[in-house]
Amino acid sequence: MDYFLKLFLSGTAKGSIYALIALGYTMVYGIVQLINFAHGEVYMIGGFTALIVGGFLFSLGVSTPVVLLVSILAAVLYSAAFGFTIERVAYRPLRNKTRLSALISAIGISLILQNFILLAQTEKYLSFPSYLPELKFLLPVREYINSTQFIILVTTAIVMVALTFLIKFTRIGKAMRATAQDKQMALLVGVNINQVISVTFIIGSALAAIGGILICSYMGQINYYIGFVAGIKAFVAAVLGGIGSIPGAVLGSFILGWTESLGTGYISSDYEDAFAFIILILILILKPDGILGKNQKQKV
Amino acid sequence: MIHKNLAKELAASALQMVWFIVLLFPFLVMKVSVTAGTALVRFRWGSLPAIAIVSFIASFAWGRALEWNSHRGDKEQKRTPLTPIKEAIAAALARKPIRRVVLLVLLAAVAVYPFALGMYHTNIMITALIYVILALGLNIVVGLGGLLNLGYAAFFAVGAYTYGLLWKFVGPSFVSAGIATGWLFWIALPIAGTIAVVFGILLSLPVLRLRGDYLAIITLAFGEIVRMVLQNSGPVTGGATGISLIPRPWLLGLKLPPKQAATYIYYIVIVLVILTIFVVRRIEDSRVGRALEAMREDEIACEAMGIDLVRNKLSTFALGAFWAGIAGVVLAAQTTYINPDSFTLWESIMVLMAIVIGGTGSIPGAIGGALLLKLLPEYFRPLAQYRILIYGVAMIVIIIFKPDGLFPRNRKKYTFDAQATEPQAGEAQK
Repeated sequence: MDYFLKLFLSGTAKGSIYALIALGYTMVYGIVQLINFAHGEVYMIGGFTALIVGGFLFSLGVSTPVVLLVSILAAVLYSAAFGFTIERVAYRPLRNKTRLSALISAIGISLILQNFILLAQTEKYLSFPSYLPELKFLLPVREYINSTQFIILVTTAIVMVALTFLIKFTRIGKAMRATAQDKQMALLVGVNINQVISVTFIIGSALAAIGGILICSYMGQINYYIGFVAGIKAFVAAVLGGIGSIPGAVLGSFILGWTESLGTGYISSDYEDAFAFIILILILILKPDGILGKNQKQKV
Repeated sequence: MIHKNLAKELAASALQMVWFIVLLFPFLVMKVSVTAGTALVRFRWGSLPAIAIVSFIASFAWGRALEWNSHRGDKEQKRTPLTPIKEAIAAALARKPIRRVVLLVLLAAVAVYPFALGMYHTNIMITALIYVILALGLNIVVGLGGLLNLGYAAFFAVGAYTYGLLWKFVGPSFVSAGIATGWLFWIALPIAGTIAVVFGILLSLPVLRLRGDYLAIITLAFGEIVRMVLQNSGPVTGGATGISLIPRPWLLGLKLPPKQAATYIYYIVIVLVILTIFVVRRIEDSRVGRALEAMREDEIACEAMGIDLVRNKLSTFALGAFWAGIAGVVLAAQTTYINPDSFTLWESIMVLMAIVIGGTGSIPGAIGGALLLKLLPEYFRPLAQYRILIYGVAMIVIIIFKPDGLFPRNRKKYTFDAQATEPQAGEAQK
C-alpha cells in the first residue's frame, strides 16, 4: 500500500505538470482547431529563460527569493512573447488554408526552435539549479511526497482555479468561449477574433512556461530536446481527455501521470513512454472523441 | 505615395526589429553554462548587430512577401521572362518523339551514374533513392488518401528488421546448407513487403473511426511503440545495438566487393524506383486512386457516393506500408547495419517534408522533394549544422507561399470537346 501511495503521488505530480502543458494545446485547439506542435518548444524556451535569467541574477549577487520571482516572471513573459510571435508569423497567414498546412507549419516552427536553442546555447544536458525552496513542514511525510512535488501540486491547483475564473467570468473568457463555439458568429457579434486568438496563445504559452520551470526543477536538468517528449505526452493527455475540452485536458493528464507512474512501478521501466501511447490507442478505439470530448456531428 | 508607404513599412520593420532583438536577446547574446550546480552567463555582444540587421531585413521581406502573396490571385498572371521558356519546354515535351529522347537521355545518365562518379556518390544516391521510394509510398497515404501518417518510419523499420532478423535466424542454416547468403536479400524483399502490409492493416484497424488530427497522433503513437519494442526486446532484435553484418545482395552466386556491391544495389534501387513510379501512376488514375482522392476531399460525401471507406482506408495504409517495407530491406542491405535509432519520428517527419516540399499528391513532387532533402545536405556539408534550421524555415516558407509544392501535380483534365459532340446533339434535335 505504501508503495502504491508513493507511486500514486508521484503520478499526480507528473500529471499536474502534463496538465499545465496540455491546457495550452487544448485551448489553442478549441479555438483554431490546430495541433500546435511547437507548444512543447515554447515550454522548453520557458525553462531556458529561467535558467539564463536566474544564472545572470545569481552572478550579480541578488538574493534567492528575488531571483526565483524574477526568473519565473521572465520565463512566463518570454514564453508568452514566443507564443504570440509564433502565431503571428507561422499560423496567421495559414488561417484559412487546410489544416494539414497549418500542422506542417507547426512542425517547421518546432524544428526551428529546437535547433535555434541547440545552436545558440548548447546541445548538452545542463543541470537545472533547484530554485524551489525546501519546505520544512513536509519532513514527516517526505517518504511519500517531496517539496518539489508539493509545490507542483499547489501551483497547478492555483493556476487551474485562476484559469477557470478567467474563462468563466471575464470578458475575454466569454469571447474565447464564443470563438470556440462558432468563429463566424462570434465575428458577427463583434468579437475581435484576432485578439482572442493572440490572447489564447499568450495564456497557453505562459502556462507552458510555468510547467517548464516546474518540470525542469523536478528532473533537475534541461536540454534543447525536452520540449519534444513532454509536448507529445501533453498532447496525448489532451487527446485522451477530449481535445478542446479544458476539464478533459486536466483529467487526461492525471490519467496519463498515474498510468506512467504505476506502469513503471509495477510492470517495467523500459516502456515508460510506451504506456502513454498504449493507453491513448485503447481509449481512442473505445471512445474516438476522448473521455470528455463532444461527439461532434459532421456534415458535408 | 509610394514613398509614404515605403516609409511606413520601414518603420513597421524597425519596430519588429526591436521586438525580435528583445525576444532573442537572452538566447543569442547571453550564453549559459552550468558548472557545479551554478549557472554562469557569458555575454556575446558581437552578435547584437547581426541580430538587428537580419531581423530588420527578414521582417521587411516577410511583410512584402505576404502582401504580394495576398494579391497574387487578383489579376491575370503576369508574364515573367521565364514564361516563354517554360511554355517552350512544355510544348516540346508534349511531343512524343522529344519526350522519348529526353527519357532516353535521362535513363542513360542514370545508368552511367555509378561509373562516372564513383562509390561515394553512388552510396549517397542510393540513400536518396531509398527516400524516393518512401516518399512515393507515403504519397499514396497522405497525398491521395489525405490520411496524415506520422508513423511511417515504423513500416520502414519493419522492412529493415525483417531482413535483419531473417539474416540473424535463417542465415546460419543457409551457411551450413552451403547456400549463398546473398539470396536472402531476394527472399526478404517480398516477405518484408508482406509483413509491412500486415502491419499497415493492423495500424489501420484502430484508425478506421478516427479523423484528421486524432489519426495523426495515433499513427505517431504507433511509430513510437514499434521503435520502443525494437529497442527493448534485446534477445531478438539486439536492442539498441541492433543487428550488424547483414549481407549485401550477391550477383547470382558471386559475392561482390563493396564497390561493385554498391553499384549493384544502385541498379536494384533504380529498378525498384521505376517499379514504384509505375505502380503509383497506375493507382493514381485508377478506380482505387479516384476513390482515395474522393475520401481525401470529404469522407462523408465519399461514403454517400457508395465508396467503402473501411476498405479504402485499409488499402491506403497497406499500399503505403508495402513500399516502406521494400525500402527498409534495401536500407538494411546498403548499410549492412540497422538499429532502432534509424527509425525515429524524425525520419517519418523527413519523408512527410519531402512530400510537402515537392507537392502533396504529385509523383514528380515526391521524387524531387526526396532528392532535394537528401542530396542538398550531402553537398553542403559546411551548412550541416544549420541543416534542420533551414529545413524548418523552408517548410514554413513553402507552405505559406507555394502550398502546392515545388513540383505540383498536373491533374489529368477531361475537357469538353464541343466539336466532337455537336453532330450528336444535332441528331438529337432532329
